[in-house]
Parts: sequence; structure tokens; C-alpha cells
Amino acid sequence: MDMKKENNPTYNLDNGASEKIIQEVTSSDYKYGFVTDIETDIIPTGLNEEVVRLISAKKGEPEWLLDFRLKAFAHWKTLEMPHWAHLDIPDIDYQAISYYAAPKKKESPKSLDDIDPELRSTFNKLGISLEEQMKLSGIAVDAVMDSVSVKTTFKEKLAELGVIFCSFSEAVKDYPDLVRQYLGSVVSYRDNFFAALNSAVFSDGSFVYIPKGVRCPMELSTYFRINAANTGQFERTLIVADDDSYVSYLEGCTAPMRDENQLHAAIVEIRAHERAEVKYSTVQNWYPGDKEGRGGIYNFVTKRGLCKGDHSKISWTQVETGSAITWKYPSCILAGDNSTGEFYSVAVTNNRQQADTGTKMIHLGKNTRSTIVSKGISAGYSQNSYRGLVRVSPDADNARNYTQCDSLLLSDHCGAHTFPYMDIKNDTAVVEHEATTSKINEDQIFYCNQRGISTEEAVGLIVNGYAKEVMNKLPMEFAVEAQKLLQITLEGSVG
Amino acid sequence: MLIIKNLHAAINGKEILKGIDLTVKPGEVHAIMGPNGSGKSTLSSVLAGNPAFEVTDGSVEFYGKDLLAMSPEDRSHEGIFLSFQYPVEIPGVSMVNFMRAAINAQRKYRNEEPLSATDFLKMMREKRAIVELDNKLAGRSVNEGFSGGEKKRNEIFQMAMLQPRLSILDETDSGLDIDALRIVSQGVNQLKSDQNATIVITHYQRLLDYIAPDFVHVLYKGRIVKSGGPELALELEEKGYEWIKKEVDD
Repeated sequence: MDMKKENNPTYNLDNGASEKIIQEVTSSDYKYGFVTDIETDIIPTGLNEEVVRLISAKKGEPEWLLDFRLKAFAHWKTLEMPHWAHLDIPDIDYQAISYYAAPKKKESPKSLDDIDPELRSTFNKLGISLEEQMKLSGIAVDAVMDSVSVKTTFKEKLAELGVIFCSFSEAVKDYPDLVRQYLGSVVSYRDNFFAALNSAVFSDGSFVYIPKGVRCPMELSTYFRINAANTGQFERTLIVADDDSYVSYLEGCTAPMRDENQLHAAIVEIRAHERAEVKYSTVQNWYPGDKEGRGGIYNFVTKRGLCKGDHSKISWTQVETGSAITWKYPSCILAGDNSTGEFYSVAVTNNRQQADTGTKMIHLGKNTRSTIVSKGISAGYSQNSYRGLVRVSPDADNARNYTQCDSLLLSDHCGAHTFPYMDIKNDTAVVEHEATTSKINEDQIFYCNQRGISTEEAVGLIVNGYAKEVMNKLPMEFAVEAQKLLQITLEGSVG
Repeated sequence: MLIIKNLHAAINGKEILKGIDLTVKPGEVHAIMGPNGSGKSTLSSVLAGNPAFEVTDGSVEFYGKDLLAMSPEDRSHEGIFLSFQYPVEIPGVSMVNFMRAAINAQRKYRNEEPLSATDFLKMMREKRAIVELDNKLAGRSVNEGFSGGEKKRNEIFQMAMLQPRLSILDETDSGLDIDALRIVSQGVNQLKSDQNATIVITHYQRLLDYIAPDFVHVLYKGRIVKSGGPELALELEEKGYEWIKKEVDD
């Protein structure tokens, strides 16, 4: 389905002011906050077995992890980059990338006065607190700051409950048995091209373990968000929720994030054991490139959750507004009987952005349920695709799936596409699919204008109304920011 | 308050309004009647600033300001309200969020602080009573799933909220049953004062039984071809538009 809005002759907006705001979010003005120290520990470009060994050695990893990397690398060499997605991906020279850089030391600004005012204005629009602005801008802050003490309090509280929440590297050192047991158990290094690449060269990431019967009392977010600004190019996250546990985890940040590494290939693995529940929310706002599509992050992510135990539940919520190219299908394998998988997504593309995103729900256990709600929003010259698979295996009696897949078009030149796949091998399955395509029309905008609401605010209202079902799934503390993010991302894009 | 001089307007290059002259003073109710296609709705759209229409000649002054130079939202802030003939649905946007955005945009324009949530909700409660809308209104999406009558009542509710200086009611009676017509008209009458004015655009005399006009104008082929008092509406009802058409076309 390729739907394009017909030409719209009469409605012209004054784009001057709004373009300026888009620039705030997308232009190269962020360089001030992200000056790299030339002295960083970086290895030469190129990828071969020596490089993989070097990465592992620099991180002081045990033999088994090096083995894992080497096997992944050997497998990666046999693979070719996939081209099935509805994406126009420029050739990537994997030998031109450096696969290891020690945490970069940035020339830290001294105070918020040193930060680009445009960036600060975006922060303010998003309603990010001053303290956090300082953190996100890389201003050196010491222990006096509240958020630091909050962080310490968090750590103590979590430790009391036996919750493990640390960087992946720390986990390899401190909890090698857990990592070894579960690493690659949901996303094998053989899974796909980017998963193999990540498995060979992953830099760092996060590890979460929730012990039996523990309900994690806080969103693993506020604390993480601050660290998230410096996550690497090949991030790896592993979340294990043991029997009867619960955790809500938030990845990413509404603030615009820039990274000089163009290629990002992350892996997220989630395991939910008996009656465990994991809620994983993402707000992705990587640099999308400029208006003509120059630069921008390629975000090729493999995210998968395994509902291993009976009555377990994994829920993905994502708000995707950034990156030049997004290739991402957070999925659920519903292995346990009565397990539940959910996917709630808002994907916004503007200017020359491309997104091919969706989910896979694999029903293996009996009485398994899945819900998919995907809201695509396309503006400018962007291309936005939903791609989803619902598979019901022969033994999955009484499986249920509900899929709702909506597209909203904001310009004459963008594209919205839907690729739903269904593979149903059990007669007792009930699978529903609904899809709509609509566009913001000038009548809606004029109606708002007549009531005194500016066009920019009207677009924000209308888009958030359209995406409400998904936005409501976000943790409270981020919902408001995410709403503003949608508005800012699309400012000036109607017409 | 409103002085329209020689107003010409076109859509897609086709001229619809061909020289309108009209003056409206505070406290007045003007009815604009006319056969289908005479330009009644175009006049209301042009006054509200609908960008689909192009003003090709003439001027419109509103309290001494050049109305045509203003954006649609500034016209709203200055006190122009249009009750739409076909109110637009905005899925997922609750009436409470929509009205709050509208009220606070208006307050911002007047350099006033945003209304507190409590005050705002109190205002919503008071104003919806005027058009007998129930308390489910706040949570419902803008016009989505509203019946024809509810949509028009919702328009008058918004008018009550925004307290305009000039209200333009575009075919507010179309599609209304007799009860809805009564509720809508009562609402309009309740909001009337010697400080504000109303332009009622209608095809039928029926609405004017409820909202008594001070002046009646007949629009035909993009011009006001006849003006008079309330008796003109009755005469039209009796003789039909053919009489006017004949007079003009001859």
C-alpha cells in the first residue's frame, strides 16, 4: 500500500518560524556540546579477528566471552547485509569504521551559559529540568547535585531488594554466571546480520536482573536516562525477570542526541520467567540528519523478548522520532502458556527520514495473547513502513492476536506503507487486523486556528490525539515530554 | 465594529463575492439570507480567514484594525467567532484539551496568565449548561461521534467559552430538529449583549423566529441585493427567492 496525498493547492503556511524550530532539533548546531577530545583511545578502522580479540582484551573479558565474540564474527563474515526492508540504505563500508573507542572525554562546558542557546531552548521546550540539562550537556557535576544523591539512593534501594542493574561490562565481571547463562539466549548471534555484528563487537550496555518475587519499585529510567547520553554504537542490553517479578525499564531520552558514529546496531534481550512481567519503553531521538537527508544515524536494532514462563508478559512501547534510517522490530516469543506480548509504537518520520519498523509475535504456548498497536506518522519527504508478523504455531491452541495499524500523512510527498504478515498453523487461533490511513487536513487546522490555536499547536494536538493510545502506555514521567517531542519533531511540517 | 467595503473573494480563481458592503455595530443582529450558492458561507469563511479563499479586492475593518491582514488565530483572539456549518472532527483530542488550548492561546494574546485547571473546569461546567451538554463532553474527542444537534450545541458552547465580540453563525440551523434548534437559539440569545454582535447566516426564515434580527440582508450572486428589517425575512418566506432573483436578473 503506497498512499500519497494529492496536491493541496491552497493551503500555504508561513514556514519561516517553524523551520527555525525544526533546525533546532535537526541541525548541526549541537556540535557545541559534543566536542571530542583527540586524545581518546581509539583503535584503527577495520574489522577482523584481531580487532575482535583486541576489543575483548581491552575490556579484560573472560575467555568464554571472547569465544562468543569470535563465533559471532566468524558467522557475520558469511552473511550479507539484508535488503528486504523498504529502505534505501547507502552502502556501508564496514572496514571504514573503528570498532572500539574508550569512553570519550569531552571538552566539558563549565556551565549552562556555555551551551548553545538553541539546544537549551529545545531542552526548555521539552520541559527538562535544569539539572538534567546540565547532565545531558555534559557539564561536569559533582556530588552536590540532587540527581547524584538520587542515584545513590536508587542503588542502595535496588541492592536491598537484590535487583541487579549495572553496565554490561560490570555485569560480566561481577555476575559472570548470570551473563553467561543468558547472553544470546533470546537473540542468537546467528539471528541476523546486525545481531552477528553486535555480538562480535558490542561495546557496552546494561544488565538487569530482577530476583524471584521482586517487584522493582521504581522505573529503571531516571537514573538510566542520564547515562544513556553516552551509550555506544553497539549497545547490548540483557534483562532477566525471574519468577513472579516485575520491572519497568525505559531506554533513551527525549532530548536530541547526536553521535558521531553513524551506524548503530544494538541488541536488547528480555527474558520473562514464570508469571514475570517486563515493560520496556523506548524514546528514540537520535540525530535524524539535516533537511536534505545528509548525515543522521542508521539505527539497526534487534530487540526481542522471550516469554519463557507460563503467565509471563512482555510489553514494548516505543516512540521513535529520530535517526535517518530505522530498522527495528521489537518482538515477543510467547513460549509459556497463557503468556502475553504487547507492542505499542509511534514512529514519526520527517524530512528525508526512513523507518521500517514493527514487530513479530510468535505464539508457541497455549492461550497466548498478543496486541499490536502501531501508529505511523509521516511528514516531509519521509518513508514510514509498518512491518509485522503474527505466527501461530500448530501447538498454540486458542491464540489471540489483535493488530491495529494506522498511518497518518502530513505532506504531499511522504509515503506510508504497511506489510502485515500472518502465518497461522492452528485452527483455534483468532487473529484480527485493522488498518487505517488518514491525513491531517486543512479543515482540522483551520478549525483549530479559528478557535485561536496556532497551526503548530494544532498539529501537536492532532498528532498527539492520533497517537494517544500509545502515549498512554508510556511511564507517566516521560509521557508529557514525549508529547512535546512529537510536536517539536513535526513543527512546520504540514502544508 | 465591523466595516466591510467592496469585498471581493475567490476560490480556485473563481470569484464568489463580488463587492460586499456591510456595517455591523455592537448590540446588533444581522441576518444574511440568500439562495444556495449565493456566497453566504464564503462570506463567513473569508471573515474568519479561511486560507482556501483569496480576497481579491476590498477591505474589512474590525474595531479599526485591518482584519484581512490578520492570521485566522489572531482574528479569533480579536474576538471573531465562527460557528461552522460542518464542525470538524478531531479524533483523540478531548474537548477539555482542545478548549484549554484555545482559551489559553486567547489569554496569552491578551498577556494574561493561563487559567488554572480548577478555574478552567469550573468555566467548562458553567458554559456547557447554556447549551445543555452533559458532563461527558469534556472527555469526548472534538466532535467525534457527535450527533448533528450535539455538534451545533458544541459550537455554541465554544462560543460561550471564548466570549467573542462578533459571532458568525453559518447555517447553524441546518440539520437541527426543533428541540436542538430551541436549545441552540436560547444559547445564542443568552450570550447576546449590547457589547457584542451576531451575524446569522441562514437559508430559511425558521431560525429567525428564535433569534430576532435587527437587519436582514439578501445575498445573491455575491452581492447584497436587498436590505431591510425583520419584515424582509417574512416577505422572503412568503414569496421565495425567485422574486429577488427575478428583480436582480432583470
